[in-house]
Amino acid sequence: MAETIEITPAMQAVVGVDSAPWAFEVTTTSVRAFARGVGYTDPVYFDEAAARAAGYRSLPCPPTYLGTPVFIPGKSSDTFSAPLDTGPRLRHGLANVLDGGTETEYFADVCAGDRLSVTTRVSDLSVKKSRATGQMLVVTNTTTYTNQDGVVVAVQRGQGLYY
Amino acid sequence: MPLTWDAFKEGDELPVRLKAPGVTQLVKYAAGSGDFNPLHHDFAFPQSQAIGSIIVHGRFKYAALGELVSNWLDHGGRIVKLACQYRGMDLPDREMTLRGRVVRKLEQGGRRQAVLELSVTNADGQNTTPGSAVVELRG
Repeated sequence: MAETIEITPAMQAVVGVDSAPWAFEVTTTSVRAFARGVGYTDPVYFDEAAARAAGYRSLPCPPTYLGTPVFIPGKSSDTFSAPLDTGPRLRHGLANVLDGGTETEYFADVCAGDRLSVTTRVSDLSVKKSRATGQMLVVTNTTTYTNQDGVVVAVQRGQGLYY
Repeated sequence: MPLTWDAFKEGDELPVRLKAPGVTQLVKYAAGSGDFNPLHHDFAFPQSQAIGSIIVHGRFKYAALGELVSNWLDHGGRIVKLACQYRGMDLPDREMTLRGRVVRKLEQGGRRQAVLELSVTNADGQNTTPGSAVVELRG
């Protein structure tokens, strides 16, 4: 638990810098695995015939699922599966992380067979006080998902709470 | 039956969904999402020990709110926006009650949208995960 957290100029310099793109795949298998993980029973997320009958090209992404980052050992986070080192690394030295919140805006559907190009940036840094953990560094990330046709299909903002 | 514009009104409640994900379900979610943070499956992990338990992924609750809305829409429309905040931790095998309510219906420029208020309430009645959604109906 940190007594005081300082946002240094080196940390501030990371804000607003886009990462290099990374490929996120959407496959029938990955859609089923996510839907199963949430506990869906809706056949549209599992059965391609049911998905087509409901008007989709293939299995649609369930809400909050936006593809699985291609995993490459050494280049991907072993814990979170996200790509490492595609953008500037935010160095804060805080060991613990909690999820603060997530917001996603959708602009087009995403279905199995799509391949998304994903860039992310730290869009905001702030410090807040929490009763449970003392000071926390609030890191807001903005992630943009673009499909194989160049269409931005979703923008997601997430807050990581570091302490 | 896919949801239609005339089938609901402001103030309507979405069908309630109950969930009590155990460790196995959280492991399935970890595999499906790629989030292998040990805080969600390993009781020996230092952060789990400090908290006293593993905890449900915030994103599991976010996805479950998405499921609540998806089940209600039944593919009669799409989600335009979905958001939630993780205000409180939820523990495995404890019942969570997922609720949604239609706050507003708006028709403009030929688009038919509804604003929803969402929540995840724990067994003590605390809303751990307040959220909101905007959906757009097809017909």
